[in-house]
Amino acid sequence: MQGVRTLMPLTPGVIPFGLVTGVMAIEMGMSPTTAMGMTLIFYSGSAQMVALQLLHSGALPLAIVLTALIINLRFVMYSASLAPHLHHLPRRWTWPVSYMLSDQSYALCTLRFASGELTGPFAHWFYAGTAFAMWLAWQLSVLAGVCLGASIPDTWSLSFAIPLSFLALLIPGLRNVPSLAAATVGGLIAVLAVKMPYNLGLVTASIGGVVAGVVTESLRKKPASHECASAAEGDAQ
Amino acid sequence: MSDLMLWGIFLAAGLGTFAMRVSFIELYGRWRMPALLSRALIYVPASVLAALVLPAVVYPNGQGAFVLNNPQIPAAIIATFVAWKTRNTLLTLGLGMAALWAFKFIGA
Repeated sequence: MQGVRTLMPLTPGVIPFGLVTGVMAIEMGMSPTTAMGMTLIFYSGSAQMVALQLLHSGALPLAIVLTALIINLRFVMYSASLAPHLHHLPRRWTWPVSYMLSDQSYALCTLRFASGELTGPFAHWFYAGTAFAMWLAWQLSVLAGVCLGASIPDTWSLSFAIPLSFLALLIPGLRNVPSLAAATVGGLIAVLAVKMPYNLGLVTASIGGVVAGVVTESLRKKPASHECASAAEGDAQ
Repeated sequence: MSDLMLWGIFLAAGLGTFAMRVSFIELYGRWRMPALLSRALIYVPASVLAALVLPAVVYPNGQGAFVLNNPQIPAAIIATFVAWKTRNTLLTLGLGMAALWAFKFIGA
């Protein structure tokens, strides 16, 4: 319950995304069942919106799956960082809480695990509380969007809400020069490479952006000592 | 696209995502992530999101054709500014949409 309460303040940031996702899915001609099925199977807002955007522009199925998975690569990182605290649990625990792993519940719990505030036999209950509250908030807000969907006319140009949502996710995350470099290079390559077949422009741009981020980070680190470097790495997490 | 194809996409992406989420919790102690990989993963969201936003804003028809008098560009600039200043999702969405409608109105 403590976990549920800690998560509550984060839900207003999620509800608009959920609404937009639900509305967009319906606007694109999906049935409410399909839209909710997608939400249950993905449980990943950004991947879901990416998939919708790509379906909208008529990309190949393989490209859609690949792009959604690239967007979700960050979960590998989260999984690695939560593993020391969760790996000892039986699978009836780890599989459901893994499915419910989200940016928000990860961010809340990783800080508490790292500071040693969350220890003992009930620590995973706190994590599970945040994860479940987030899951429920997401499913309900998409459902609300699905119900609203059909009643919104085309003249509102609501498809623009998808890139806007990405902006709202992207901009607050640009806290340092390397991530700014990653975003700039990724965005520019994507604009220039838009005519590449099979949506390869997006994959090329993503790889280019990541390389730009890592290179910028290394360049900026060089004058500093190794201790500073590892501290900076801690910050970036 | 057929319904079957859609569900196929959902299942593939969903299972892949689950595999990534469970990966290290399941493999704990057996494989450590190389440092370069974990450094690179930090920049995946920024790079992918920007690669999605920019083309969607610059090419409003999704065809890769540049259009003059595209109200999405000024609207996106305003939304970027709002997101940067407030970090508020709802404000970014609301003011971004309002700006798009305003620029469309002026342009029409």
